[in-house]
Amino acid sequence: MLVLERVSYTPADRTCLEPIVQDASLELRDKHLYVITGPNGGGKSTLARLIMGIIKPTSGRVLLDGQDVTDMTVDERARLGIGYAFQQPPRFKGLTVRDLLTLAAGNRAGDQDVASLLLSVGLCPKDYENREVDATLSGGELKRIELASILARNLRVAVFDEPEAGIDLWSFRRLAQTFEEMHDKSDATIVIISHQERILELADEIILVADGRVKELRSRDEVMKDIRDEEACRCSLETREGVEEHVGYFRQN
Amino acid sequence: MSAILDRIDQRLLRETAGLHSIPRGAYNIRKNGVGIARESTANIEIRSKADQSGIEVIVKPGTKNESVHIPVILSAEGFSDVVTNKFDIGEGSDVLVVAGCGVHNSGSADSRHDGIHEFLIRRGARMRYVEKHYGEGQGKGKRILNPVTVINVEEGGVAELELVQIRGVDSTNRETRISLSRDARLIVTERLLTNGEQDAVSRISVDLVGDDSTARVISRSVARDRSSQVFYFDLRGRSRCRGHVQCDSIIMDEAQVRSIPEISAHHCEAQLVHEAAIGRIAGEQLLKLMSLGLTREQAESTILDGFLK
Repeated sequence: MLVLERVSYTPADRTCLEPIVQDASLELRDKHLYVITGPNGGGKSTLARLIMGIIKPTSGRVLLDGQDVTDMTVDERARLGIGYAFQQPPRFKGLTVRDLLTLAAGNRAGDQDVASLLLSVGLCPKDYENREVDATLSGGELKRIELASILARNLRVAVFDEPEAGIDLWSFRRLAQTFEEMHDKSDATIVIISHQERILELADEIILVADGRVKELRSRDEVMKDIRDEEACRCSLETREGVEEHVGYFRQN
Repeated sequence: MSAILDRIDQRLLRETAGLHSIPRGAYNIRKNGVGIARESTANIEIRSKADQSGIEVIVKPGTKNESVHIPVILSAEGFSDVVTNKFDIGEGSDVLVVAGCGVHNSGSADSRHDGIHEFLIRRGARMRYVEKHYGEGQGKGKRILNPVTVINVEEGGVAELELVQIRGVDSTNRETRISLSRDARLIVTERLLTNGEQDAVSRISVDLVGDDSTARVISRSVARDRSSQVFYFDLRGRSRCRGHVQCDSIIMDEAQVRSIPEISAHHCEAQLVHEAAIGRIAGEQLLKLMSLGLTREQAESTILDGFLK
């Protein structure tokens, strides 16, 4: 279980005087899939980076299975089983897809493992394993390889920062499937930052983050019902406005 | 092998020419200014030049899949060696030439090797040329290597050059000049790492003389500590041709890197591109590898090893 205990974060460089994350407390259980959603700039990615240790909280604690990891570095947390898929994964000149996935698997991956990892993210191993993870890969290809680098690891907590960003429609369907399989097969706590309804549908629980605060943590069914009700309202409102606009136009002319 | 080469020599050979034993095929091993072992084959002849200033390597036309190793060892302190070697790569042949210089200097005087290699790659021939430079030894004397490589590629010929200097050379001033005839093709990959107080200068100039000739130069370097590097690339399109220079440097610590690329077209159908970038290792790259469990040091060396591979 991963616990965030009253975690706050204000950048040290004072580019922002308000905390980006404020007093966030969460208990994320094993074998559960959580989706963090909420408006842009609300602090979702910052929360994910706090879990991985890329940034350190200004106050509060992060605990993994009761162990305080607040002061641990990224690599120390990684070795304890926390993983993080970057929203915009970096590129590496000279490092091949195989190199990266072998590293991700802790050098345990054989050729067959690399091939099956690539297949599970919808990439043909023959075409990709010897390619460099550089600018010749498209954004979508890079995101899939990033995903494979997380699947390669035996994780206790896997955090995905907007995995759907930059992914085309076909890959998106595949992506949702991949998360579903991961959720079925592994005991890991899965945390996905997403705005997509299809991803929200996968969640056991949905966490709404806005203005740097955890606004609520609710079951998927409750949230999805609200979303659909709200959409229905918006839709009927838009229709009404649209009709009024047209009526107005005809009256004027 | 051990009768003529001691352990230091063997290590230098391994680092520069990848040799673990006397190579198969033609070879010439030069140690401290003197040829100590030589072998010609039915298709590749190695002979001393008349003025004894170096060797001539003659590859018969049509020779395929053969190699020539011509490593140079400098293990005597304060030794200065100058050599000019000539290569005639016969029509339609396909060969690998492995050159390189390993310097071991434990003394206080400088050791220096100036190797000049002149190649004629005849019509339709393909040559892969690998040149590795390596230095070692704890002495105060500098290890200096100043290679000059001049290559003329005839019609339809191919030259693939791999120039590598990763460790232990204190000072280098490298010059590579290539001229390409019609349909000739050139690929140069340069890998350079400097550290400590080392300095390196590399000049690569390519003349695309013949129509439909192509050249691609990929240079990657890493400058650490207080070392300095200067690169000059000069691509001259004199015909309907295509040329591309791509040079990337990673800069670390207090090192300095200058990259001066020049492309010049003397023909309206010449297409020339250069890309040059200098920067430190991106923080996101380190974080990505650390998030896979590598320490910062492991992440850094993985990035550098990949970059210079």
